Amino acid sequence: MEEYLTSKLKTQEYFLNMGPQHPATHGVLRLLLKLDGEIVQNIEMDLGYIHRSIEKMCERDTYKQIIHLTDRLDYLSSHMNNEAVCLLVENALNIEITDRIKVIRTMMSELSRIASHVLWWGVMGMDTGALTSFMYGFREREMINDIFEETCGARLTMNYNVIGGVRYDLQENFVKRVKDFIVHFKKKLPEYDKLLSNNIIFQKRLEGIGYISKEDAIAYGLNGPTARGSGVSCDVRKIHPYSAYDRVDFEEILFTEGDSYARYRVRIREMWESLSILEQLVDKIPDGEHRVKTKAVIKLPVGDYLQRVESARGDFGVYVKSDGQKFPYRLKFRSPGFANLTALNKMTKGLKIADLVAILSTIDVVVPDIDR
Amino acid sequence: MMTNTELKNKIENLVNGLNFSGEESDFLCVEVPKEILRELMTTLRDDTELSFDYLFALTGVDFGNELGVVYHLESVKSRKLIQITVKTEDRENPSIDSIHDIFPAAFFNETEAHEFFGIIFNNHPDLKHLFLPENWDKGFPMRKDYTDINMLVR
Amino acid sequence: MILNVFTDIHNLLLGLMSAKVAHITELVLIGVAYLGIFAVLGLFLVWLERRVAGFFQLRLGPNRVGPSGLFQTIADALKLVTKELTGTVKADKQLYKIAPYFVITTALMTMALIPFSHEIQAFDINIGIFFLISVSSIGVLGIFLAGWSSNNKYSLIGGMRTGIQMISYELSVGMAVVTMVVLAGTLQISEIVELQKGGWFIFTGHIPAIIAFMIFMIAGTAESNRVPFDLVEAESELGAGFHTEYSGMRFAYYFLAEFVNMFIIASIAVVLFFGGWLSPFGITDAIPFAGLFWFSVKVIAVIFIFMWFRWTFPRLRIDQLLTLEWKYLLPINMVNIVLMALLVWLGLTF
Repeated sequence: MEEYLTSKLKTQEYFLNMGPQHPATHGVLRLLLKLDGEIVQNIEMDLGYIHRSIEKMCERDTYKQIIHLTDRLDYLSSHMNNEAVCLLVENALNIEITDRIKVIRTMMSELSRIASHVLWWGVMGMDTGALTSFMYGFREREMINDIFEETCGARLTMNYNVIGGVRYDLQENFVKRVKDFIVHFKKKLPEYDKLLSNNIIFQKRLEGIGYISKEDAIAYGLNGPTARGSGVSCDVRKIHPYSAYDRVDFEEILFTEGDSYARYRVRIREMWESLSILEQLVDKIPDGEHRVKTKAVIKLPVGDYLQRVESARGDFGVYVKSDGQKFPYRLKFRSPGFANLTALNKMTKGLKIADLVAILSTIDVVVPDIDR
Repeated sequence: MMTNTELKNKIENLVNGLNFSGEESDFLCVEVPKEILRELMTTLRDDTELSFDYLFALTGVDFGNELGVVYHLESVKSRKLIQITVKTEDRENPSIDSIHDIFPAAFFNETEAHEFFGIIFNNHPDLKHLFLPENWDKGFPMRKDYTDINMLVR
Repeated sequence: MILNVFTDIHNLLLGLMSAKVAHITELVLIGVAYLGIFAVLGLFLVWLERRVAGFFQLRLGPNRVGPSGLFQTIADALKLVTKELTGTVKADKQLYKIAPYFVITTALMTMALIPFSHEIQAFDINIGIFFLISVSSIGVLGIFLAGWSSNNKYSLIGGMRTGIQMISYELSVGMAVVTMVVLAGTLQISEIVELQKGGWFIFTGHIPAIIAFMIFMIAGTAESNRVPFDLVEAESELGAGFHTEYSGMRFAYYFLAEFVNMFIIASIAVVLFFGGWLSPFGITDAIPFAGLFWFSVKVIAVIFIFMWFRWTFPRLRIDQLLTLEWKYLLPINMVNIVLMALLVWLGLTF
């Protein structure tokens, strides 16, 4: 019977142009879908709608200037991107930074991570059709943004890290505000579960969808929460600890299901872990310099340098090939989103348009990060 | 975890004709002739002790006289990092073997290196314009000799 | 004592012209009145939705134009009226222009059967409920045509989804209604309401009535294309779905019709389960037009539940939508009808 039907009911494949202006592509990502009815047969990607050739610009900028450009990559984890460049230069030149700087950087990174994940959660709900989560997410994000604004003077592209420290010392309100936020967020996170995670429709929409095995996840170079949903241990904070991550106690969240719902839960649990890191550090910010003196002109010795940090989207890397000048000879930003997007076609094949939207949301793409 | 020197000895035994450097730094740097790139990559991935199975980054580089690609591989098991450089002297028609079937992660990265550096990856099925417009014909923007009136020159 | 406004107007018209002309004039007057109700109701519901959304989403919603922002939607409507009607060049022009009227006309036609109170019901036909269901199912044509004629793939997918969804869920709506008709024993709307003087059907029909009500609410949400069944518009997947290419007043027709349809579904629910215009325990039976108040209160309560759905649930996927209907709702519904028939036969209803 089924064979008879498939032979008689032949459908024509067609192309659907999704993006660059589409609500589900989170910016200017363009996907050319080959569809059979609603079923996705193939995805062809067209990127570059927000390409600013940041890597080329970096080749004519000093290391201090490069930091400003990294804000514009993954704007939701701009703090981590800054940190990557700073750490690279500091490690290359053996600049000793104080404990205070390390703790401040760690705390700001974790706040950024929560802010990013909260925004992701809101958008995740919106992509699956639950519009209210977006507003709930923004409520918490506002609090973090207020902390950022007070500390660095900016809410999105913070630009707080400088080589050898952070730009300004912490404001006196900082500790109190962070504590308030921890108390508030601890009450609100269970609410997130009530609204979305435990909703039966939401679970059915994500469970078993967009499956990628552990082996495939490694082969496709997946990283961050996307890979951890498949059981790949890849948290840079654990495997190559930097800043103050070696002195805090936190868990690397791993789920083995490899589907969209696993990736969703990884991010939700990561928010709890970030909260616990903040809790451990907020009372123990050491005294000391917030910025150590560095040379006016920074030149890296000839050689290859690589620095990785765990941004909100995953394994963010900066590779610098230096020829001893004050400009890098070649600088590459290894974007976590770009690597994650590689597997989109594999995850989505044979599923429906609605699933594509949900998967795109669970791998949490930020297009400026992909285009660079 | 094995040290860089041990790693170097181990790889030397498996593949001939490699050039090593950077034993003292964080990661071992290997320069490989382009003819045996695929052999080296397959060995690094499949050898049970090395198992460099995670392609961290693929970077196109303009070395001045040569064009090349820098690969960063990592082993998920041991978290050891290695850098592999491959160069080609032909700037008119540079070609390097594609490794997208060994590391699927390389697929789009090779496309990127192709359109910004003009490196042709042999056997890559889809070397299209990914970031640049379809009708781009002004050369390869990330090369050092590329000029554009909008570029800020120092 | 009773304000016999309608009788007064009738007599006045009879005094002015012959009986036939007066009849036609009355029909026109009623038509105009219903158009007015339609517009006001639509605008009010849009305003209500936005306020409720604000309430759910930690926002305020419209609160600047007029008291509590009541005139906001009127301002929006004025803006839409003055907007240019754009469309695509390759659209099927005639169908493209006709499509919105299908939706708006069917919504208006079904409005005629809604018993706002004992006194206010334009068209009390003896097959009322049946008429209501059959007319409202024409509306899907308008959406389908819009999706097809726009010549836009997103619209087309939206239109196709409508076809699948509406046809499937009409079954459940119909079956749930039939269950209640078994209990009532009549199709005439005014009679159904009158029969509930002894107790609302949701109480007298107890278990099967409650099941029927739940099925009706689920299927009704799907019929009015609202979350969690808003696959037709699914803004995160299809942009705006079937009305992507519509602008100005044509878009407003769809927009208004969606809200009026929600009102109609809620009205049917109120008529079938909650005693229509009847007051609880007959406390205000003596006051004229009190029925209008009770009817509005009940309808708004049901509409609030619909809105609650919308601002809480995520959206279903198309195959889940069909699974829910054909594998769960429909079989449950069939069993439920038999159960109800048994109860009525054995006299086990209250």
